[in-house]
Amino acid sequence: MASMNQTTQFDLARQTVREANQFLHDVLEGGLEDGNVHQVEILHPDGNHSIAAGIDADVVVDIRGHAGYFVAGMNCRATVTVHGNVGWSVAENIMSGSVRVKGNASQCAAASGHGGLVVIEGNASSRCGISMKGVDIVVGGSVGHVSGFMAQAGRMVICGDADAGLGDSLYEAIIYIGGEIRGLGADAREEPMSRGDVATVAELLEQARLPGDPRQFKRIASARTLYHWNADAGQEY
Amino acid sequence: MADTSPIRPNIDVEESASYNRHTLAYIHQAAERGVYDIRGLGAKRQVPTFDDLVFLTASASRYPLEGYREKCVTKTVLGTRRAEQPVELEIPITIAGMSFGALSANVKEAIGRAASETGTSTTTGDGGMTPEERQSSKTLVYQCLPSRYGFNPNDLRQADAIEIVLGQGAKPGGGGMLLGQKISSRVAAMRTLPAGIDQRSACRHPDWTGPDDLVIKIGELREITDWKIPIYVKLGATRVKDDVKLAVKAGADVVVVDGMQGGTAATQQVFIEHTGIPTLPAVRLAVEALEEMDVVGQVQLIVSGGIRCGADVAKALALGADAVALGQGVLMALGCNSPTWEHDGKKVDATDDYEKLGTRVGFCHHCQSGLCPVGVTTQDEALEKRMQPEWGARRLTNYLKVLTMELATLARACGKSNVHHLEREDLVALTVEAAAMAKLPLAGTDWIPGA
Repeated sequence: MASMNQTTQFDLARQTVREANQFLHDVLEGGLEDGNVHQVEILHPDGNHSIAAGIDADVVVDIRGHAGYFVAGMNCRATVTVHGNVGWSVAENIMSGSVRVKGNASQCAAASGHGGLVVIEGNASSRCGISMKGVDIVVGGSVGHVSGFMAQAGRMVICGDADAGLGDSLYEAIIYIGGEIRGLGADAREEPMSRGDVATVAELLEQARLPGDPRQFKRIASARTLYHWNADAGQEY
Repeated sequence: MADTSPIRPNIDVEESASYNRHTLAYIHQAAERGVYDIRGLGAKRQVPTFDDLVFLTASASRYPLEGYREKCVTKTVLGTRRAEQPVELEIPITIAGMSFGALSANVKEAIGRAASETGTSTTTGDGGMTPEERQSSKTLVYQCLPSRYGFNPNDLRQADAIEIVLGQGAKPGGGGMLLGQKISSRVAAMRTLPAGIDQRSACRHPDWTGPDDLVIKIGELREITDWKIPIYVKLGATRVKDDVKLAVKAGADVVVVDGMQGGTAATQQVFIEHTGIPTLPAVRLAVEALEEMDVVGQVQLIVSGGIRCGADVAKALALGADAVALGQGVLMALGCNSPTWEHDGKKVDATDDYEKLGTRVGFCHHCQSGLCPVGVTTQDEALEKRMQPEWGARRLTNYLKVLTMELATLARACGKSNVHHLEREDLVALTVEAAAMAKLPLAGTDWIPGA
């Protein structure tokens, strides 16, 4: 294994996810007193699950290829880039730092994320941003059905289209969408874009390093009709 | 002189079995209000329970241990399958997951103190981990629930075990509900929700769905915690055999099966009374599943749902459980449904407060209201002071000790020097239903219905 002051490589064709993750966790335990930004490169991810899960360190991780479920799960502080596609639940429960997917993401991207930034440069499948709790998500392409379901806090920018059920049962999270909406979910509604909203979209697109005209986006937020139990709501509650 | 006049049928005052006064009241209320009932605690209906079993303690054919002299081991180890650091407990009686939000911080602290004092574990709930709970609990199980309220890696790394909750006995297949009156600013902040709203918890996890995904989810949690701590999977008792097998196959170290008598902070009445199966058949089915997978001794079984006394614990262990978990019994030890609460050593009458809720002492199930007369299931600043942590911890410690002594007493009487040596052969059933559900012989016969 290479020294901490240079790029450390793990080749999952020869090494295990466990070895790579233990190293990434030990970076935290060892501390980062030298002030350097440590880099870890993971080769041949080949659809393995839970790669770079549970990091809590200022480390840069590049995953060179396609990865499986739960990549960078519960990430804190680390900057993780997947140079490929990912399976379900990339960056689930992310707390801080950033996770970028250069390709497409399968279902539940950034599920329940509390903070940080998740960028999907391609498309994200269904339930993107489900139960999000403060994370910022930017999707360069389109999202699948019921994205933003029960999203509690945070912001999601979708440059492409959204399938049915967008923002179903939203709480306080805000969704910005540049393309077409196949259908809004229960209690989600389109609201006027304020100057602040345009600035927010511009800021998030810049952070995501993705093109787009912020003025062309629509704002989707909760109508808050489900915030209190309503006998007349029937099956809507 | 006895009345010997013949009884004449009078259909004008004959109550319908199908539409009796209870059913009529339900229909009238539904028609009037247009909403269903939401309440706390567990099923009130009569179902076969551990009360329907008795022990065949030692006599000529078995040799008993001296009740007050000979040692009876109660030590319990959970999570031996894959975790580096299994949970080691002094007693096989654990505290079930109950949320901060449903319960006050004082209650969570009292539970933690009592669990630590008696050498057992306590469990977080659908609201995350509070500092009071972590500090007061020597062994704390951290729940991973569908809502993921307050779920974070820092608390995960502080946990002694993780419990992935797929369901609970009071509402298998249903999500949670915490009405606005209990969403205080602290509860709201922990859950990342606006204060005062009626809060719904999801019934499915946000990041995985079927059992194949659960394998991968467990793998992720193991990676994040470096394979150190055990992972439990909690199930509401429905298709127990299939579900336990799937949990084991997914990699669970410990399976928790919660029968239909299990409690809740707030759920629809229709869920509480009409879903799931009783704990009695659930434990038998869970044990059969472990036996069929040949993992007895590797994967531990915790049983919950209506465990009230040492006899219940002993019977659950005899049927094959490694430990039990208590929820409602814990709340009752802390004063739930008591006529008084204590202030400066004096008892203060709370009966008026029960009446304000439209109920009486002994019948209250209004946990959902946040107006608990004895300060147990509340977030109200004034009410929560009615249950002080020191007082509650003492009461709960006493209760857990009594259960442990009762358990050991029965085990010794069955000739066991370790409570985990209790076995099915020590039990018989008093009713045909219980015999069929537990697959035990009906007392005085060799008959096991359905066997």
